[in-house]
Amino acid sequence: MGGGRVTTHLGMPGLRPPAGHGNLAGDVSFPTAARKALADTQLRRNLGHATASIRAKRAAVVEEVPDWEALRDAGAALKAATMARLPELLEQLEANVIARGGHVHWARDAAEANVVVTELVRATGADEVVKVKSMATQEIGLNEALEAAGIAAHETDLAELIVQLGHDRPSHILVPAIHRGRAEIRDIFVREMPGVDASLTDEPAVLAAAARAHLREVFLRARVAVSGANFAVAQTGSLAIVESEGNGRMCLTLPDTLITVMGIEKVVPTWQDLEVFLQLLPRSSTGERMNPYTSTWTGVTPGDGPQEFHLVLLDNGRTRVLADEQGRSALHCIRCSACLNVCPVYERVGGHAYGSVYPGPIGAILSPQLTGLDGGTGDAHPNDSLPYASSLCGACYDVCPVKIPIPDQLVRLRAEHVEAHADSHRVPTAEAASMRAVAWVMADATRFARAGRAAALARKGIRRGKPVVPLPPPFSGWTASRDLPDPPAETFRDWWARTRGEEGGS
Amino acid sequence: MRIGLFATCLGDVLFPDVPRATTALLERLGHEVVFPADQTCCGQMHTNTGYQRDALRLVRHHVEVFERALAGGVETVDAIVGPSGSCVGSVRHQHAEVARRAGDEALAQRADAVAARTFELSELLVDVLGVTDVGASYPHRVTYHPTCHSLRMLRVGDRPLQLLRAVRGIDLVELPAADSCCGFGGTFAVKNADTSTAMLADKMAAVRQTRAEVLTAGDASCLMHIGGGLARLRTGVRPVHLAQVLASTQDARWGVGA
Repeated sequence: MGGGRVTTHLGMPGLRPPAGHGNLAGDVSFPTAARKALADTQLRRNLGHATASIRAKRAAVVEEVPDWEALRDAGAALKAATMARLPELLEQLEANVIARGGHVHWARDAAEANVVVTELVRATGADEVVKVKSMATQEIGLNEALEAAGIAAHETDLAELIVQLGHDRPSHILVPAIHRGRAEIRDIFVREMPGVDASLTDEPAVLAAAARAHLREVFLRARVAVSGANFAVAQTGSLAIVESEGNGRMCLTLPDTLITVMGIEKVVPTWQDLEVFLQLLPRSSTGERMNPYTSTWTGVTPGDGPQEFHLVLLDNGRTRVLADEQGRSALHCIRCSACLNVCPVYERVGGHAYGSVYPGPIGAILSPQLTGLDGGTGDAHPNDSLPYASSLCGACYDVCPVKIPIPDQLVRLRAEHVEAHADSHRVPTAEAASMRAVAWVMADATRFARAGRAAALARKGIRRGKPVVPLPPPFSGWTASRDLPDPPAETFRDWWARTRGEEGGS
Repeated sequence: MRIGLFATCLGDVLFPDVPRATTALLERLGHEVVFPADQTCCGQMHTNTGYQRDALRLVRHHVEVFERALAGGVETVDAIVGPSGSCVGSVRHQHAEVARRAGDEALAQRADAVAARTFELSELLVDVLGVTDVGASYPHRVTYHPTCHSLRMLRVGDRPLQLLRAVRGIDLVELPAADSCCGFGGTFAVKNADTSTAMLADKMAAVRQTRAEVLTAGDASCLMHIGGGLARLRTGVRPVHLAQVLASTQDARWGVGA
């Protein structure tokens, strides 16, 4: 273990991999949260506009890469190979970070990671940190933990700053304030930004200038920075961050101390592998050929940049996902958010409906796997509704730069959810009982033929020519907005038997 | 060619005109159609809702029925056709997986063998029978919705459009944002009815924008969904399955009126 102050071991013998904690689940199930989000007209408009424009940008820059599909295959293969020897690569990464003057800490879950970071900041004597946008620190709720310890965390990514000043939660992996319009942002700045000019307009350039003036002061003052990481190269112990605004570069170079919190799945074996991901990520993510800033650093360089560097390797449920060979590919995600932007469900409900900091299709498979479908409760949990938050349209898979089979994973997680309930309860749910009955009928052509005839007759009897019949729950969800088809006079198999004289029906 | 018809449970019970039109179309093209009468359902709803243990018996049943049709007896079929992107998608993409997950590798291999000979209607016509002009006549303004599973699971591409473009008298108009899901998703439409309806609303708006009289697609289930919404709002747009459009001639009109 490296020279950190708090160290724990990853995968201690005899211990079951811990479940993830922190901001990985909401308080209510997806359908409930979605209903509320769907009624937010501003959200609907902002999301519809933003996702459509980023979709078009991505499509255009992907179109111009002749070997895009080969790149995706390479990305998928590299991730699979990395996961197959993750422990070894992490130890290599640790050794190389330490060899170049950095410190490495291992955190089993959110609470441990927060303690590690809080203690590291305290040891510097600082009472504030600057932060470059990081999903991992959002996941563990680091800002709240630091605040509880009397340490102010300043988000420096513009969208993340908007979210923080608005006492809000991010709703997108890449563009966390996607749900906000410029008038709302202007109001948040006027209300919350210290020393801001109250005559501020909602022109994007004016808003950006106000944020820049505010942030410059913080950058020049702060002595400690906290970052996430997009990639870590095991070969040399180097870390990499890609970003667009230059705030990351400021955080990574100006302060004396840099603390990086990184999920253990972010490691790549070599620089050659990094090359593949640096092509895949910007085009998938912001729809750019190349992102404006790519920063890489290796340990500590005397007289240049932070003189103290700490790497916190976060598990928080990842080992648990890794242990499941069927579910493991959820860890391949490079957080580009292309799947969010093409998802017809995300486009309409936004990120908050998913409860977790990881929304959209990837969140619907990653969050429940990190926490466990039951969230460790042994019972119903909001995250058990996430695998159903998809029409299985498949658009996510088509854009995923590392080809995570998200629709297949959703279907598999649904089965795990249903089967876990069936195995732990003596009485089946109403849904399970009816599914079982339908399967029994459908497993035999004679039974099915009878049921088909009976259904047609019953519908005719009930409807008596009326165009709409509201059905009881759960089918009321259908008749609330859609008519039922007119029942046919005769099933196909009866028609076939009647006209073709075959054995058909019975 | 002797072709086995996989009518799908929805086609059998709710939309019999779809397998009937499929039969009429293939017979008009000079092929023999066989309906293996023991068939029921591919189990897609069970698989996609998490009930894979129940789906397993439906998968086994489907494999046994169509294996018999392919391999033996007096009426051995050369290929199987299903007028549904998602049902054929389930056969090809899910059946072996359901069997494997249950630890039945032998069934998985049999399922793969059946799947290899099973085609969605536009695939059968364009790839297997090598025809794009099926001699149809359909003098209506039509827009085509490429259903998700046809598009992204089976990758049928523009095969349905190749077929539609060759139809006499058709006024084929492009559907805006055609590749967006209509919001059906099987039990998704019930479990997440609000989100599903929001998706449906946008799909209906796109359909209305085309000023088409007929909405066509290769899946009766998606058409039931979009059509159910269009009927609720009395839009005057009619859902008609691709098989019905292609089966129509000057003398035999399919999908006209109720």
